[in-house]
Amino acid sequence: MTVFSQEILDRAQEIISRYPQGRERSALLPLLHLVQSVEGYVSPAGITFCAEQLGLQKANVAAVASFYTMYKRRPTGDYLVSVCTNTMCNVLGGQAVYDAVSERLGVGHDETTADGTITLEHAECLAACDYGPVMTVNYDFFDAVTPDSAIDLVEQLRKGERPQPSRGARLCTLKEMSLQLAGFADEREGAVADGVAGDPTLAGLRLAQKHGVSPAGFDINTPIPSREASK
Amino acid sequence: MTTVYQKLTPVLTKRWLSPDAWRLDVYEQLDGYAAARKALNAHPDDLIALIKDSGLRGRGGAGFPTGLKWGFIPQNDGKPHYLVVNADEGEPGTCKDLPLMTHDPHSLIEGCIIASYAIRSNRAYIYVRGEAVHAARRLRHAVNEAYQKGYLGKNIMGTGFDLDLFVHSGAGAYICGEETALLDSLEGFRGQPRLRPPFPATHGLYASPTVVNNVGTIASVPYIVLGGAAWWKTMGTEKSSGPMIYSLSGRIANPGQYECSMGITLRELIELAGGMLPGHNLKFWTPGGSSTPLLTADHLDVPLEFESVAAAGSILGTTATQIFSDQDCPVYATYRWLEFYHHESCGKCTPCREGNYWMVRIYKRILTGEGTYEDIDTLLDTSDNILGRSFCGLGDGAVTPVMSSIKHFKQDYLDYIERRKAPMALSKGGAH
Repeated sequence: MTVFSQEILDRAQEIISRYPQGRERSALLPLLHLVQSVEGYVSPAGITFCAEQLGLQKANVAAVASFYTMYKRRPTGDYLVSVCTNTMCNVLGGQAVYDAVSERLGVGHDETTADGTITLEHAECLAACDYGPVMTVNYDFFDAVTPDSAIDLVEQLRKGERPQPSRGARLCTLKEMSLQLAGFADEREGAVADGVAGDPTLAGLRLAQKHGVSPAGFDINTPIPSREASK
Repeated sequence: MTTVYQKLTPVLTKRWLSPDAWRLDVYEQLDGYAAARKALNAHPDDLIALIKDSGLRGRGGAGFPTGLKWGFIPQNDGKPHYLVVNADEGEPGTCKDLPLMTHDPHSLIEGCIIASYAIRSNRAYIYVRGEAVHAARRLRHAVNEAYQKGYLGKNIMGTGFDLDLFVHSGAGAYICGEETALLDSLEGFRGQPRLRPPFPATHGLYASPTVVNNVGTIASVPYIVLGGAAWWKTMGTEKSSGPMIYSLSGRIANPGQYECSMGITLRELIELAGGMLPGHNLKFWTPGGSSTPLLTADHLDVPLEFESVAAAGSILGTTATQIFSDQDCPVYATYRWLEFYHHESCGKCTPCREGNYWMVRIYKRILTGEGTYEDIDTLLDTSDNILGRSFCGLGDGAVTPVMSSIKHFKQDYLDYIERRKAPMALSKGGAH
């Protein structure tokens, strides 16, 4: 008896169709996201499923799954809480945030709380250094966090609340997120529209606006020169 | 009289001020898809020539001339060609591609249409960093809109040109930002770099001719098509043309994205960002991510374009300027970066895999007060054995903060070794 329904099989076929014939193996990463969307991690059954879909050996699939950080090899919580502890966030306070959250939840890196709500991890650079220190919940950002605000955030999650990320869409579960990572649209009404640019993103633009600066001479009707050789 | 503000050149970022520019209807009101329409009515070779004339260089860190790269794609070879966009942003400090894809995803799609047409490709993939979920949401939505409106798919805008574009999310591996590792990952393998040559231009995705370009590079293309090469070159310097998004982070009043004429200096950027934070004095900084050698307060006036930064002993990289002060320790900063490189080393090449493992341990020893003078020599010797001895640049990047921090801040190392600085209690949370 498989945990993967007909709907998941159909989705797997849709994923495979995104790649040229004979190049189906390209579908492996999205397929691994797909099986994670069902079970919350890449289980032996998930590995078997991917192998069957692509005609690969299970060992080939497991070798790929174990290479990438985002494929989890143990059951995860509904919320993956990632605290950036790479250098910039780290010196701005990210290490203190991680330590505080870890102590409060009583779990370390890649461990899940007993109630199955939260999996904690320290993350490498999340590409939001101008908002540092940052943390993410299922990869949506919470900016400029402090130990207190981070503890408040995880406590809300444990109580079943879903605080609004600083710039991304409203929170979903890790399983729901994994379906999006497999390449399927976020079906939640308004989720794509969620989130506005924060001050750091717009800092240079606002300055340019304030001082009335813009590159001169931009004319969209400038012709594309035609060469002799191309005639 | 010129002021520092006149160095601001909002081009790629300017639509970010329109909150709904990620929607197709708003994008169309802001010159959207005018460049694709114009380009698809030109000869593909003229587009390659235009990009060559503009002097556009890759925005992903290496600065390779884009038009030249496109020109390397063999034509009439009977093979399918591919465009692959490297949207696997993850170089520590770098944070410009995510906002671009989140707030202006159609500009990247439009760039893909033009670039694909120029290199005669009918299939393109955008490989987005897995963790970049909101950017991917907006991008997937934009791709769907573009298909519905006939900007993607068969017979685009009635020109006879076909293009299928797919957004492919990665799964958390810094190494996949290296173009050949990215291609292996996109083919469904572990992301490990390939030996070059052959280069992707002839043997890329599925061993076919492939252009791999960064997000910022491809998003620049529509503006060059609209405004022309001469206009593009009014910004930047002779060899480093155009605007560049400088990503400022750290001990400054207003961190963020500042799109400026290439060649602006750190002194000017700090002025734009409202100065250093009170009580902080500049001590060290990266010109373009952690894989570029650290610079110091002596380098405040180096023009931040490819040639000048190289002449100063570093690399322009991704123009991710991480700014650290006298309250930050260069030894600890380097230790944290090394933890990162150690974790992200794909394991293929022994010098990078083993060297970073051991260097992390030496850093821990130094920081916790157990270091010896010999440790500094061992770090330099290990760095020397990693540098240039691995398939890709990850190993080179890893030794970069080691060598440059020892070069500029040897005294900080000695302060730990000679116990002038209190030993650190390293958090368990920092290590993988």
